[in-house]
Amino acid sequence: MSERTAAPAGQADGRTDDQADRRADRRAERRAERQAEEGERRADPRRRNNRAWLLVLPVVVSVAFTAVIPLMTVVNFSVQDIFSPGDRLFVGLEWFRSVSRDPEVRAAFVRTLLFSAQVLLLEIPLGVLLAVSMPRRGVWVSVTLVLVALPLLIPWNVVGTIWQIFARPDIGLGGWAVNNVLGLEFNYTLDATDAWITVLAMDVWHWTPLVALLAYAGLRSIPDPYFQAAQIDGASAWATFRHIQLPRLRGVLTIAILLRFMDSFMIYTEPFVVTGGGPGNATSFLSILLSKIAVGQFDLGPAGAFSLLYFLAVQIVCYVFFTVLTRTGR
Amino acid sequence: MGDRRLPWKRTVLWLYGITLLLPLLWMFGMSIRPNQDILGSFSLIPQRVTFDNYVTFFTNSVWYSSYLNSIIYTSMNAVMSLVVALPAAYAFSRFRFAGDKHLFFWLLTNRMAPPAVFLLPFFQIYQAVGLFDTHLGVAIAHMLFNVPLAVWILEGFMSGIPREIDETAAIDGYSLPRFFVTIFLPMIRSAIGVTLFFCFMFSWVELLIARTITSVDAKPIAATMTRTVSAAGVDWGLLAAAGVLTIVPGAIVIWFVRNYIAKGFSLGRV
Repeated sequence: MSERTAAPAGQADGRTDDQADRRADRRAERRAERQAEEGERRADPRRRNNRAWLLVLPVVVSVAFTAVIPLMTVVNFSVQDIFSPGDRLFVGLEWFRSVSRDPEVRAAFVRTLLFSAQVLLLEIPLGVLLAVSMPRRGVWVSVTLVLVALPLLIPWNVVGTIWQIFARPDIGLGGWAVNNVLGLEFNYTLDATDAWITVLAMDVWHWTPLVALLAYAGLRSIPDPYFQAAQIDGASAWATFRHIQLPRLRGVLTIAILLRFMDSFMIYTEPFVVTGGGPGNATSFLSILLSKIAVGQFDLGPAGAFSLLYFLAVQIVCYVFFTVLTRTGR
Repeated sequence: MGDRRLPWKRTVLWLYGITLLLPLLWMFGMSIRPNQDILGSFSLIPQRVTFDNYVTFFTNSVWYSSYLNSIIYTSMNAVMSLVVALPAAYAFSRFRFAGDKHLFFWLLTNRMAPPAVFLLPFFQIYQAVGLFDTHLGVAIAHMLFNVPLAVWILEGFMSGIPREIDETAAIDGYSLPRFFVTIFLPMIRSAIGVTLFFCFMFSWVELLIARTITSVDAKPIAATMTRTVSAAGVDWGLLAAAGVLTIVPGAIVIWFVRNYIAKGFSLGRV
């Protein structure tokens, strides 16, 4: 404040034009800054109030109990070599080094990443297509909503069991149809590609509804006048989708993409039930490998280090998605 | 768009509907067949129809009690997650405070924790504090992934409600808690419905954590299904019947919240 009042006073003193210019520049700069700040405040009209922490406290406490304490335990495992409950040795970052160099872990990492990429590429467009096709009003709204949501409500191991049977070439309808109707040889217990396709098909079946439900809810939040305007302008169905619907779906799609990435990157129960990671290790994703080390071999040190690296990888990718998705189209 | 339904839309819906329903119908078909018929030969239509599997489910206490267990802890979890998340979501949507952005992202990261990481510590901690094998224990454990999601969904809805309403209420002499309960909550009814649905869903389908921290008294239905499989060969018919029944509670919940989803939400800030 004092600087600003000092500026005209300096000019009155009769300093050189050069100095006056510089001061004017600085003043303009400051004004621009102030305007930018004001603009920001207008864009984000939330009041600054640190007492809001009190409202957030229950969440912080509950998440601390369910997440932070277990996480600390895992960190504790990861830096020790545990022979028995009373006999342990501090090994520093040794486990992190050996896990990150393990070729089996690296192969599983690439496999999981590939799986997540395929899941996103299939489920997001399919879910949006489905949401666009779902009726906007009438009796069928309820029916389609309930039907579409059904796969989401089945416990994950049951989903695995359903597909384990359904895809079997001898007694399952899916496997039988591929073999006898399409005439392709298909057996997911023997062939690596078939196993991969089965797990992928299962995931698409299981999770596309989530994308569809979120996208549908997003579409419904678009006021009707938008569509009427598009109709008056003679916009094609594609143009309406591209310029009216898609931009309004940014929020829900960001959530859908993030949720689908997290869950597909951590997929465990379904492929474990269907293929058990096989044949060979064709479908042994990171989580399956991890639980083999943690529960099967009870190697707590490596498992802890593995978990933390895994957690970190998910977070990094999510952060990138989060940043990119919230910036595009804004 | 209006009511003008294009034929390709109907085709998409029908095609999808059929692929969606086939595995489910197949499971239902299995549940009403005797085991010999399921494994014996491939047939599209059940030869002999029996409801024995359902009778077994509802007369064997191991089955129906674990079914009840799942319903109890899932409902508890949905309510608890909602109660905890409501004030937090309000804070995120209305106030700026130190570290709010970081806190928001940190909350989300907990949804990303690979469950396999948490299994052993969960087992130890819940045993230490006496929550092992209780409904409350599972409900609390599932808050790990449901609270962040609930905050996320609610915050999106709340940001869509104009702040002027809060200010007007404050001028009219409403205290914050009273305003929240009598004015704000009824306004975000649909958000609450949608949040309850998603919390119910994710808690209902989760198996790994629920199985790890329970043994008998709070054992989830999904765990009963895996354990019976290994007992005396695989009883596919009973398993399918249980599978069919696990869809029912969720289907009821979605029926109640369908209008809220149909009304639409866009989730402002992500």
